[in-house]
Amino acid sequence: MPQQTHTSRTPEAPILALRGVSRSFGSQQVLRDITFDVRRGETLAVIGESGCGKSVTLKLMMGLLNPSAGDVLWNGNPISNRTERELHRDRLKIGFLFQGAALFDSMDVYENVAFGLRQNKRLPEAEIESIVVEHLRESGLSPSIARKMPSELSGGMRKRVGLARALALSPEVMLYDEPTTGLDPVMSDVINELILRTRDRRAVTGIVVTHDMTTLRKVPDRIVMLYPQSRLQPNEPQIVYEGSPAEIFDAEDSRVRQFVRGEAGERIEELFAA
Amino acid sequence: MSSVTTLQDRRSPIHLIGECVLAFVNGIGDLTLFAGRMLGWLLAGPPRGSVIWPTLHEVGVRSLPVVLITGLFIGMVLAVQSYDQFVMMHLENRLGSVITISLVEELGPVLAAVMLAGRVGSAMAAELGTMRVTEQIDALRALGANPIHYLVVPRFIACLLLIPLLAVVADCVGMLGGWFFSTQVLGIDSFYYWFHAVNFVTGFDVVTGLVKSLFFGAAIAVVSCHRGFNCGAGAQGVGRAATEAFVYSFVAILVLDFFLSVASLELLLVLRAVAPWAVF
Repeated sequence: MPQQTHTSRTPEAPILALRGVSRSFGSQQVLRDITFDVRRGETLAVIGESGCGKSVTLKLMMGLLNPSAGDVLWNGNPISNRTERELHRDRLKIGFLFQGAALFDSMDVYENVAFGLRQNKRLPEAEIESIVVEHLRESGLSPSIARKMPSELSGGMRKRVGLARALALSPEVMLYDEPTTGLDPVMSDVINELILRTRDRRAVTGIVVTHDMTTLRKVPDRIVMLYPQSRLQPNEPQIVYEGSPAEIFDAEDSRVRQFVRGEAGERIEELFAA
Repeated sequence: MSSVTTLQDRRSPIHLIGECVLAFVNGIGDLTLFAGRMLGWLLAGPPRGSVIWPTLHEVGVRSLPVVLITGLFIGMVLAVQSYDQFVMMHLENRLGSVITISLVEELGPVLAAVMLAGRVGSAMAAELGTMRVTEQIDALRALGANPIHYLVVPRFIACLLLIPLLAVVADCVGMLGGWFFSTQVLGIDSFYYWFHAVNFVTGFDVVTGLVKSLFFGAAIAVVSCHRGFNCGAGAQGVGRAATEAFVYSFVAILVLDFFLSVASLELLLVLRAVAPWAVF
């Protein structure tokens, strides 16, 4: 199993951490008192049912959303203490692969990958071109697609262009929001391999939000499972599992076992009773 | 659950009025904060040429056909509608004056702005709304660009600069349309048309029309971008944002037009008393 080759890494100080983080949208609370660390160099998977707040957790970590309560820490420092300029500078150390890739429709592939470089670094065009080509190749894409528009690309290609765009700024941390959703099994595995190669070649810390059990078995060193806040009792913790991928399939909590085994269980009766 | 339903049922019209007032005040406050952030980024530095030029092209060049057609027909309609009244008073030779003053001070700026709210405002809201729904606005932030500076400031500049110019185009084409119909169909002498058109309109009227257009352009940009940035989820959310952008811009144009007309009248009275030479 590939994960056995990297689970033995020594844990270090958390590069990212959530401390008692809650987040509401209007009257709807999505996250409640979430606390966990992401250690430097590890790949952490965040799993859970749809609507449990996984993507919101990633956006909070990136500083794209503000927590309603609690703090997000980057290298031990709360991001709420940072000025807008510091936040902007430090956010560049974090790459984000969006669920639908979020490529800019009005730009071709080249301009998409070059965007972050043009925006933040004063580099000669030749250097930008060499970085774009290098990252397209590293993401398994031919430089010949550089002048294609995002609408001309398949789902897998869009994800890989999104990955190349995020990696072009050489981030220390990569956040992957459901990287294999909507892809065929082969392309899903290509994306999983790219996540592993990114970690191994660049020593990038990774946080992967996923529903995909193949990804779960192959990619992370550690897993955090969130449970939908609306289905919890008032004092129940929202994190229902935090541990290794090897143990999750035999977890004590039936909600965790049910999720990783993909069993509807009593949910089907709940849905029809509602 | 039943108690919640009972409470919902007991909501009186006063509750509904209160909710509407709160939503309105909340909306105005949010729009004001959005405009303030946009002005802050506008002062922080101009957007890059590669961002501003396509926006200027989209707002200016691509709006020309609709403004030309609108202006032309407004001028001709004004000629048709005014002719009967002017003939009864044997003042048909003065048709050029009423067409020109109506266009320069009121119809040119307002109708050009309304057309652009429909064409440009809705398109901006739909584009930004789609970017929000597909997480492209989040992607901009993740890649170190501020979405207000990158997306809103260029659109604001384009609307602020080009909507007054497009209003001038509408005025000119409208005058030509009025001239064409008045002279070729209604038989008015071309000399008298232009003589009265030029003599009746003052520089103050022209400036008033241009100032109105500046405000209309700013309102269209801020309202439409705000709707796009606050777009709801899915295709329905984008469609609603585009419709709201037009409707809210239209209302803003009419409200601003009223207050600016009152302000210009007051200013005119003051200028006539204090510095009559300024009202040339």
